Amino acid sequence: MSDVRDPAPDGMDSVPVADRVVDARRLLCPMPILKAEGAMREMRDGEVLEVRATDPGLRNDLPAWCRSQGHRFAGMRSQGRELQGWVVKGMG
Amino acid sequence: MSTLTDPLSPTFEPRPEPLRALGLLSGGLDSTLAARLLMDQGIEVECVNFHTGFCIQSHTGALRNPKPGAAPPRHDALHAAGNLGIRLHLVDIAEDYVRIVTDPKHGYGKNLNPCLDCKIFMVQKAHEMMRSMGFHFLFTGEVLGQRPMSQRRDTFPVIDRESGAGGWLLRPLTALRMPLTEPEKRGWVDRSRLMGFSGRNRKPQMALARQLGIVDYPSPAGGCCFLTDENYARKLRDLWSYRGERSYAMEDILLLKAGRHLRPAPHYKLVIGRDDSENHFLSGFVEGRILIKARDIPGPLTLVEGTPSPDDLIFACRLAARFGRARELPEVAMVVEVQGSREIHQVIPLPAHEMDEAWYV
Repeated sequence: MSDVRDPAPDGMDSVPVADRVVDARRLLCPMPILKAEGAMREMRDGEVLEVRATDPGLRNDLPAWCRSQGHRFAGMRSQGRELQGWVVKGMG
Repeated sequence: MSTLTDPLSPTFEPRPEPLRALGLLSGGLDSTLAARLLMDQGIEVECVNFHTGFCIQSHTGALRNPKPGAAPPRHDALHAAGNLGIRLHLVDIAEDYVRIVTDPKHGYGKNLNPCLDCKIFMVQKAHEMMRSMGFHFLFTGEVLGQRPMSQRRDTFPVIDRESGAGGWLLRPLTALRMPLTEPEKRGWVDRSRLMGFSGRNRKPQMALARQLGIVDYPSPAGGCCFLTDENYARKLRDLWSYRGERSYAMEDILLLKAGRHLRPAPHYKLVIGRDDSENHFLSGFVEGRILIKARDIPGPLTLVEGTPSPDDLIFACRLAARFGRARELPEVAMVVEVQGSREIHQVIPLPAHEMDEAWYV
């Protein structure tokens, strides 16, 4: 597993364990957020959603989306072109 | 001033608490101001932003040549909602939106922009949300005379009527120039604290923004919809004309946003990436299309759509070879992938004098 080598997101001790993963790679704004929103509808408060994307806008949009929805933005990291972000449902 | 908030007025009705309004938020200055004016009256505001597939966000621009260290693009409505501290509902209407674009009752503007049908459709969707989610009225940032097609004295009543919203749609920025809406008649909204803006001059909005301490808003210049863009509209018309019908899938309209589009013959088209990030974007659309790229030499990723013959494909390889390092070579090996099968063609890159400007869509 590559997880051992993966750097934790900024300001975090470890990579969060996601309850659900949304793959929005190659999709343009606002599709990554729309996909995340769709996934969140089926999740419970406190569960962790991981969003994978290649749209650099995710850096701004994921935290902004969390603020407008009352979720907690839990961090983000990038590897090459890919971004991974984590959100805790309803804990904003 | 606001006699209509007078409890003795015949239309007065006690204000529900909380009074809840749902707004259409693009994230531009007007819709942001409209939301703020109502929030400042103690109204509980939430907003909706609709995804049609045609919205121009800075993300689309960032598709090409993202500069290292440049600020990442952002979704204007999300950002505005965050600044306002309100909840934003992002709603995907792309599927239903097809009929608005292909068959607008009220016709198109200068390009393929069905602005009036679009606004009616969005207000109608918002009105459905208003009823199902317990909002008391709707609002938009529309300003009389600001847009030639949809924001006119004669089109506002059409929007109100055909959307089903009737008198429940308030336009806070231009309200003083409009008949009273239901929430005003009931004394729920203080009309004296609404505006009477009109026309294309945006100075009053900018002054109001300063007054309210709103400083971080996107530049008003430029459109927000690909359908008002001449180049984009031409590509969409080309797609329709060669398909023989006015229809599109989400993939089609996304692909029109990227790459050079060349149609050397009516029955096929090439989409050629212009840089690494476009190549990467195009690589997500290989399914159902033919992929061409140079073997072992840097160059663009090319997608072919349509029904090219084997000879056409050889020609497409020569054409694609022109757009990479391969054009300097006497001969080049081009890889053609069709539904998982892979062929190599040895071709001579098309010389400049054989290129035809008319191929560019």
